Amino acid sequence: MPQLHFRFRFRCSRGTGCVGSCVRIHEKAASWCIVGVVVTLCACRHLLELLRRSAIQGESNSVLIVGPRGAGKTMLLQCVLRDLLQEKEAQKNLLQVHLNGLLQTDDRIALKEITRQLNLENVVGDKVFGSFAENLAFLLEALKKGDRSSSRPVLFVLDEFDLFAHHKNQTLLYNLFDVSQSAQTPVAVVGVTCRLDVLELLEKRVKSRFSHRQIHLLSSFGFSEYLQTVRTQLSLPDDFTDRGFAQDWNSSIQTLCEDKSVEEALQRHFNSSKDFRSLHMLLMLCLSRVSVSKPSIKPADLLDASRLCLCDAKANMLHGLSILELCLIIAMKHLNDVYEGEPFNLQMVHNEFKKFLQRKSNSMYNFEQPVVMKAFEHLQQLELIRPVDGSSAKTQREFQLMRLMLDHSQIMEALQKYPQCPTDVKQWAMSAFG
Amino acid sequence: MKYFTRPRVKREYRWRGKPLSFNRKLKTYDYGSLVISVEGLPRPTIIIPEQHILIEGDDEDNPYVAKVIRLFGDESGEQMKAVVQWFVRVSEVPLSKLKLLGREPHPQEIFHYQGRICDDEVNVESILRPVQVKHLDSATPFPNSDDKDTMYVKLSWDSKAFRVVDSALVESACEPASPSSQLPHAVSGVETESLHSATKLSASKCLSTKRRNLATRTPGVCKKLELHTPEKKSIIGEDVVSQLLDKELDSKVMLAHRLSSSPPQPHPVTHRLTPINKAHRSPVTQGTIRLKPSTIALNRLPPSKMNRPLLSARENSTRATNPSQRKEPQTIKDEDPALDVIAEEDSKSSPVLLVAATLRSSQRKSALLVSSRIRKQLNLLDNQQDLNSDGEDEDEFVPSQKELNGCSEEDEDDGEEEAGLDSEEEILVKKGRGTTAVFRTPRSKQKTHSLTRTPRKNPNKKQIMPGTPRTPHQATPSIPCRSLPTRQPANILEEARARLHVSSVPESLPCREQEFQDIYSFVESKIIDGTGGCMYISGVPGTGKTATVHEVMRCLQHAADVDEIPTFHFIEINGMKMTDPHQAYVQILQNLTGQKATPDHAAALLDKRFNNPAPRKQTTVLLVDELDLLWTRKQNVMYNLFDWPTQRHARLVVLTIANTMDLPERIMINRVASRLGLTRMSFQPYSFKQLQQIIMSRLNKVKAFEEDALQLVSRKVAALSGDARRCLDICRRATEICEHSTTNPSATGLVGMSHVMEALNEMFSSAYITAIKCASMQEQLFLRAVIAEFRRLGLEEATFQQVFVQHQALCRLEGLQPISVSEGLAVCQRLGACRLLLLEPSRLGVLQRVRLNVSQDDVLYALKAD
Repeated sequence: MPQLHFRFRFRCSRGTGCVGSCVRIHEKAASWCIVGVVVTLCACRHLLELLRRSAIQGESNSVLIVGPRGAGKTMLLQCVLRDLLQEKEAQKNLLQVHLNGLLQTDDRIALKEITRQLNLENVVGDKVFGSFAENLAFLLEALKKGDRSSSRPVLFVLDEFDLFAHHKNQTLLYNLFDVSQSAQTPVAVVGVTCRLDVLELLEKRVKSRFSHRQIHLLSSFGFSEYLQTVRTQLSLPDDFTDRGFAQDWNSSIQTLCEDKSVEEALQRHFNSSKDFRSLHMLLMLCLSRVSVSKPSIKPADLLDASRLCLCDAKANMLHGLSILELCLIIAMKHLNDVYEGEPFNLQMVHNEFKKFLQRKSNSMYNFEQPVVMKAFEHLQQLELIRPVDGSSAKTQREFQLMRLMLDHSQIMEALQKYPQCPTDVKQWAMSAFG
Repeated sequence: MKYFTRPRVKREYRWRGKPLSFNRKLKTYDYGSLVISVEGLPRPTIIIPEQHILIEGDDEDNPYVAKVIRLFGDESGEQMKAVVQWFVRVSEVPLSKLKLLGREPHPQEIFHYQGRICDDEVNVESILRPVQVKHLDSATPFPNSDDKDTMYVKLSWDSKAFRVVDSALVESACEPASPSSQLPHAVSGVETESLHSATKLSASKCLSTKRRNLATRTPGVCKKLELHTPEKKSIIGEDVVSQLLDKELDSKVMLAHRLSSSPPQPHPVTHRLTPINKAHRSPVTQGTIRLKPSTIALNRLPPSKMNRPLLSARENSTRATNPSQRKEPQTIKDEDPALDVIAEEDSKSSPVLLVAATLRSSQRKSALLVSSRIRKQLNLLDNQQDLNSDGEDEDEFVPSQKELNGCSEEDEDDGEEEAGLDSEEEILVKKGRGTTAVFRTPRSKQKTHSLTRTPRKNPNKKQIMPGTPRTPHQATPSIPCRSLPTRQPANILEEARARLHVSSVPESLPCREQEFQDIYSFVESKIIDGTGGCMYISGVPGTGKTATVHEVMRCLQHAADVDEIPTFHFIEINGMKMTDPHQAYVQILQNLTGQKATPDHAAALLDKRFNNPAPRKQTTVLLVDELDLLWTRKQNVMYNLFDWPTQRHARLVVLTIANTMDLPERIMINRVASRLGLTRMSFQPYSFKQLQQIIMSRLNKVKAFEEDALQLVSRKVAALSGDARRCLDICRRATEICEHSTTNPSATGLVGMSHVMEALNEMFSSAYITAIKCASMQEQLFLRAVIAEFRRLGLEEATFQQVFVQHQALCRLEGLQPISVSEGLAVCQRLGACRLLLLEPSRLGVLQRVRLNVSQDDVLYALKAD
């Protein structure tokens, strides 16, 4: 997990009162955070040792780093690599190949990429020559020729490792693991994935060749550590150029973190997710409100940002609908209630809407069928409703079966906040029966 | 270059003359010579004992080479046989053994075969034609030539080592045979020419003598050059015609000319400078620039070095005039009219070539060196008698050749131009061939063939060309070397770890003695009998299948090295290491012969190789790993693999490895399964005792583990899978844990139970429970909501919407602020990404269905422990 240093650089000194100051935020991965010390340090040491042995002793290894998203898997690897490359012995020897399952979607592309990154002899410029079969044979031959003592060790980093397991026959994984288990060029295969069941994806013979080393990176810290992280990440470092400002800022952060409401908001975030990315998002939203005239974060800022982060996306969308569209949504909700989630079509919705209009007897919402149709299509475009899977496109649009993609709570929440919502519509929505 | 093979040319074989002797016991007649008449050729080829011949083999381009020892037939005259002494081509020597040679083999090099077990009786029908075989001293460099018709013998090969071959074995046999061994040059279509020439003989005689006076030196050089540049003929058209027509061979005249002309060396060069300057820029001459890199290199040589080849050339020409040597062809000529043609041809071509040579030499002085280099081969062609003296001559040449190599590096820029010209030249060659068809001699035809091939010979040059993206033809697959040496293991634990790595090759394979013995005896018997067979080996991963087969091969190879069994060729392919089942053919072919081909072509070649009744010299042992990957719908790859060994002449042993025991029954159609046969073996998973023994033997007295710890590991692994790899990996991990935990000095330094337990836990424990424990509050709540909803529904599946209702209720129960739907979806997605939940695609939003990927009990256990 990275420690974030948010660094503020005021282009003009505060004394001059220049307005054009800008805030720059630097995200810098620095030392290890104090949170999850035990687990992370252990994992870090394990990985570092492993890679060092590969680089220096020419030992072949394979390891998987598993953990939920945002737990710092890639960061762990980067830190380890940075530490490793500070050693001259490792730096001079280690060759690196970085692959990503989302980019190298099949073995053909992956092989070309490996060959390109290793810069083997069938690469000219940026192009890799030869067919898929030739490339594979070439790479395997190259790896086979090397041996422990004389060739440079190769580090393969496979990001989104689980996606590689879906390649045909798992050829790439088999070969990488096979090289790592035989007396060929020393390789270290590091897979990074968020799937806990990744080993079950591997074929038997591939699995057997994998060394079964797994580093589980789980965020096992509590709220106090979380709060501590927030504090350290918002604080300015001691070597900040403007000492006075840094002191002011740090003390303001200190008071901010001690604020009850802030703590509650953070607790809510912590309960929701321990992912550091979402925390960074929240803090970034707060920081963006800092300016020359307002050089500190107030609790209100954080609460605002928190509200922004936690608000419901679909409910927000409902605020932008017309009254007609809102009425249609309410009609759908009633239909859902009556038929227990069975799909509906435009005609049913329109009938439901008409029933409401008849009761009201004023013609304020008396719309033509085409207008209703248009509104219905707009709702479909917004993906608030979606056609039922498998319904044929041949059916007339009025009769195409649809499902509502909204929860009741979302509709009610949107109605509460809808600007100048007519009372009768509100009442209709609240009423138990259409 | 295509040889005449039977499908194309009909041949007729018959004995010439009466039988020399009759063998009563075998009831065979020995004959003195064999006549092969080829359809379309009026004059038959005569094969006599002691002559070198080409014998039809698998590879059309590289027929077998042999020397006839004896010719015999049976009483009925139906069977015509020849006893031969084999020679081995470079391509027939296993690639692994070629290293023993210690140098790059010459493409035309052959080895006197002295190994055992080789069928030395061949049907005469498989004889293609005679060939020239020359013996060279081992120190002598190979003559530089593109000529495909002459083979060179330096060493003998007994399938284990290369030895210097006694020249008597090859050469003494060769000399008497020389008249007939020159036949091949005349075989294909010289007749017409000689007819022509006979008529115009006298008319062109004086002209030709004049030419000879001018074009003085070294006929060999010139011939060579002409052969490279047949289009030259069009430049000097009339002259060439007249000279081609000049059929009079007067070697004495030649002699005189040579003698007189050899001393004033630079003279002819200066003579001809003027006319050729014009030709220099003409497009036609560009064809000759093929030799450019070397010639440029020569230009840069200091003059002193330039002189050397000139000198040697001069020497050569004087040497060529050695009367006693020249006499021989002449006398033969008198006797044999057929040979006359050859001799005529030899002499005839030389003046023509002289013109070409002088053209060139005036273009660039340096061409002289090139020509002198090339001259050697042609000399060999012209007069075999010079052979013995060749040695000294070439020694002299060696340094300059070195210079050449050195210089050619600088000529990268020219390389590209050259490459471009190559193609142009090829076209020209084709054109030239079309127009000058009348003048085509068999030899020049062959030359043009080899000419078109030449661009392939210097791909390295292309490769190092800067800037131009070209397909690297012969890129060598290699990983760069490390700059710093590897560090050696420093302590006992590191040493143990190195030994326990799966890749470290153990001294012996314990616990697989029985399987080893079975496979060994199976393969050994097949090799000794010279037959073929299949074997199917099955077993779960990590039970030592591949390792055992490799061990067997190592032992057999050793046995072959010490001459206990005949040599064999071991090839290995792996279904997982190819992109497509049909690539198997390509890989087998490449391993066998070094050829590259498309899958279809490779299949055809292999089919031919294994199905043809050609004499085969070695058994091939083929290991097919991960057989199930070679499955195709038609199963033709597997069919072929199992069908070849059943062929009588194939001498192929196929060992197949796969994981499942019943693979043949499950995936193979009957005709494939039947060919695989019933020789099967199954590797059982290791028992804990065996695993323990494996670790002990790997450690080999390095004391790093406590007794109990080892037993724990092996028992645990044996109970789970019996996979030796797993066992070794756990031990390795345990040594690491031990290393890190030896902070307290009281520890023994050995890997104990606790370390092993920790390693086992790391590797085998599922992370689900810890993951649930580490999940955030809302995630845990969501899991509880899922279970609650499942219980309510009585199903193992629910939509997000349903679960979310439960979730809201649980939130209120726990006193937490209910979360919004978006947030709830995010929580659900996070759990789905870890695969604690199984989800439908997220585009379904609240409608997506949710399932648990962990058992409910596990979830409840993990949440309760909190």
